[in-house]
Amino acid sequence: MDRPLLEIKDLHKYFGKIEVLKGINMEIQRQTVICLLGPSGGGKSTLLRCINRLEEPTSGRIFIDGEEITAHKVDLNRMRSEIGMVFQHFNLFRHLTALENCTLALLRVLKMKKDEAREKAMEMLKQVNLTDKANNKPSQLSGGQQQRVAIARALAMDPKLMLFDEPTSALDPELIGEVLDTMIKLAEKGMTMIVVTHEMGFARKAASWACMLDQGVILEENHPDKLFSSPSHPRTKEFLSKIL
Amino acid sequence: MEALIHNFFNVEIMYKAKYLLWLGFKVTLQLSFVSLIFAILVGLLLAFVRSFRNRFINVLIIIYVDLFRALPTIILFMLVYFAWPYFGISLPRYWSAVVALTINGAAYFEEIFRAGIEAIDEGQREAARALGLSFPQTMFSVVLPQAIVVVLPPATSNSLELIKTTVLASVIALPELMKQAQQAHGFFANPTPLIAAALIFLAFLWPLVRLVGVLERKYKQA
Repeated sequence: MDRPLLEIKDLHKYFGKIEVLKGINMEIQRQTVICLLGPSGGGKSTLLRCINRLEEPTSGRIFIDGEEITAHKVDLNRMRSEIGMVFQHFNLFRHLTALENCTLALLRVLKMKKDEAREKAMEMLKQVNLTDKANNKPSQLSGGQQQRVAIARALAMDPKLMLFDEPTSALDPELIGEVLDTMIKLAEKGMTMIVVTHEMGFARKAASWACMLDQGVILEENHPDKLFSSPSHPRTKEFLSKIL
Repeated sequence: MEALIHNFFNVEIMYKAKYLLWLGFKVTLQLSFVSLIFAILVGLLLAFVRSFRNRFINVLIIIYVDLFRALPTIILFMLVYFAWPYFGISLPRYWSAVVALTINGAAYFEEIFRAGIEAIDEGQREAARALGLSFPQTMFSVVLPQAIVVVLPPATSNSLELIKTTVLASVIALPELMKQAQQAHGFFANPTPLIAAALIFLAFLWPLVRLVGVLERKYKQA
């Protein structure tokens, strides 16, 4: 078997005295999509945010492509530029157009030439069907469009791995579909993705694995179909009955 | 009525005092400009340093800001000019005034810029960091361009205050507009030059006051 793209070893995270992650172990192979499920406060988002070190893990080690990103000497900015992240509230740069949102990091982090960055960004906006909105500011876009721009912005960096932190939770119900469709297309193209979501339909369709996180531990994990149809842990059953 | 015109709007005296007032205005203009630049730069630097959230450094900045917002500026002018020589530092009048105005103005500008930076949603910074932007890149490409819009009306307003505060340099006998007007007042034994100085300030600052109004309206729409 190939070396996994992402390895998490005994990850612990404290906020003050509260232990939010109590020893997480994970291995994620290339071109797989993992869904993280579980009640809020269970540690899903924290786990995701530890992977690009938006949160500092208290202890434990994380490897991407065999490189330890929790090491002291790691180049944090380069490491982050290789991991795409999509946020619940989109977090598009409000003073920039859709296109400029996508080119900013290409210019500043990857030091691309202007034309090259523009071309790359337009290509990404095309992937999310938003070339016609390239020159619009975020305030002129719907929530669904903003989230698709955010996906394009992350994709433009050619990430090895994409992290999605409840990407559809802040959207009106009728806008969720367009974002999920974009994500499914991305999964089909072979992007490695970790998705915190409650969208069971998406999990069933696109995910190859689902993990149930509660109170800082992975309660159980399985293929999404199996996890949803026959959960083994009572807390998983209870959680699924609430959201299905 | 005649006495009022003779004492306060005496055209002849205004004409006679025009050279002194002109000299004073030039000093005021220069003092305003130089102090404003220093105060904005120091204020920005302090706000920038404060956003690192180092507890010890931030306590120092808060003490600085509180102290100079509470201290009457006129006392600050006198301390800088009259007290420093006892510590072996003696500054000419002009630079004493610049230092006093900078120390005082920066305390206010720091507060304005900090509020501007804090008004920018944490998510903006996180998105920038997640893309691999360094801290300075995040600041200059993402936070500051957005903060400037928030900050422009109060910063313009504070600039206005600072320019008005330059008249306090008259207490250390710097020949700016106010001091020259006082001199002329004494020399001609007529307060008309004070009115003239007031009119000059009015002509000079009123457009700025209007600008603050325009900026505030514009920002509300954005």
